[in-house]
Amino acid sequence: MALPELALPPAKIAIAGLTKLFATRGGPFTALDGISLDIARGNFCTIVGPSGCGKTTLLRILAGLETATAGRAAIVADDPTKPLNAMVFQGESIFPWMTVWNNAAYGLRMRGAPRAQIREVVGHYLDRTGLSPFADRYPQQLSGGMKQRVSIARAFATDPEVLLMDEPFSALDEQNRTLLQEELLRIWEEGKKTVVFITHSVDEAVTLGDRIVVMTAHPGHIKAIVEVPFPRPRAVLGLRRDPAYGALVFRIWGDLRDEVDRARRQEAEVAA
Amino acid sequence: MTLAPAARDRLIGLLSPALLLLLWEGCAQVGWIDQRFFPAPSRIVASFLRLSSSGELWGNLATSLARLFWGYLLGGVPALLLGLAMGLYRPIRALIDPLVAATYPVPKSAILPLMLLIFGLGEASKVAMVALGVFYPMIINTTAGVLEIDKIYLDVGKNFGAGRWQTFRTIALPGAAPLIMAGMKLGAGLGLVLIAIAEMVGAQSGIGYMIRNAWQLMAVDTMFVGLIVIAILGFAFNWALDELERWLLPWKARS
Repeated sequence: MALPELALPPAKIAIAGLTKLFATRGGPFTALDGISLDIARGNFCTIVGPSGCGKTTLLRILAGLETATAGRAAIVADDPTKPLNAMVFQGESIFPWMTVWNNAAYGLRMRGAPRAQIREVVGHYLDRTGLSPFADRYPQQLSGGMKQRVSIARAFATDPEVLLMDEPFSALDEQNRTLLQEELLRIWEEGKKTVVFITHSVDEAVTLGDRIVVMTAHPGHIKAIVEVPFPRPRAVLGLRRDPAYGALVFRIWGDLRDEVDRARRQEAEVAA
Repeated sequence: MTLAPAARDRLIGLLSPALLLLLWEGCAQVGWIDQRFFPAPSRIVASFLRLSSSGELWGNLATSLARLFWGYLLGGVPALLLGLAMGLYRPIRALIDPLVAATYPVPKSAILPLMLLIFGLGEASKVAMVALGVFYPMIINTTAGVLEIDKIYLDVGKNFGAGRWQTFRTIALPGAAPLIMAGMKLGAGLGLVLIAIAEMVGAQSGIGYMIRNAWQLMAVDTMFVGLIVIAILGFAFNWALDELERWLLPWKARS
């Protein structure tokens, strides 16, 4: 009897009824309210929402840094020897006490990878991110964009099942952000990993994603899921000339604007 | 000729003690100050040469250094490990913090009689005093150093699968290192203070003993030699620890 060709489950990430409450002085705060979402294998999924919508909490639960109050979020492992996820954090997360090389090698070292593999893989990703000439530098001597490149190299180097990115470019200036988006897409094209990418920038969500999840303001749940039709590989700047790009950004802004307004009203209520 | 500000400051730094010594020598020679209490620098130098050529100075110095070394090690290493554990784990902090807070303000010199009682007049009591002096600044600084590490680094460690020991080694220790170094410098200074006190009260050797013995013999110039040796030691320790810091923490901003 022939085995079925595709025994793999359809979704790479399965999120069902995910709810997260935080205890605060004013009682429980609902950060996530019954999120259900399946992300397909190899999908670049961007999540966009107003600040405080719980998108970072969602990512932290996926990363295993936070536990869910109810529901579940599971990453399906295809290869048990690989780490389930690697995260690119918002803000500065590379260790100031390690050189660029040692930072990029961190994940592999923690997993006890053989020396030769570390040398090869880290060398590759430093090459791809243009950091090779800076391998022996300390983060203090790097610009913000270069630090985020190190963070990206560190995550890719572990070859995780899923890549989690938490507003990795939000602290960068516009030129650097565009450059890093291009680099990220180029590196991603090599392996087409499943990615969950959080951002508050609609432009960024459309530029990078196969699929955009729009979240509501507090309590966070899913407002809309939008498929992005643009073919790959994408050129970040070329894409912006496409009228369809503008239309899509406009449409998602429409979804978001109500939420941003609502978030504002809520803040005003809390302040009052 | 104009000098760079840094070079000028260094020159002034050398000039002020030299001027003071010159003034001292002059006043002593003329008889404006009492040589029984403030022997002229030239006499102190002569006494230094005599003590060093007889080997008396080096013997005492070696004894004191050995006690400092063991005390530093026995006080510093447990303080470092405990401090890291306290910084990383709340229950351990809750357990040990009150003990440290309660015992820290007790003057270490006031514990000396107790130490002499417990450890006797041999080496152990002196080593224990140094260890006590080093222990407190080290444990307090190490704990503070770990607590000051940005939480994001611990998240990174967790996310990339760092185990308990790896978190210690790759995050807590290097992250706390700048404050640990500051603790080591404070500890070196306190260790020096305490070894001098301990040797004055209950020892038959060491620089502190040399000073006390000189006092009993009214050999004031020998006393000054001892004091100067302690001052030089303090300066040398600080310099050595600065160098160590430069070498261990190449990632820190050099100011």
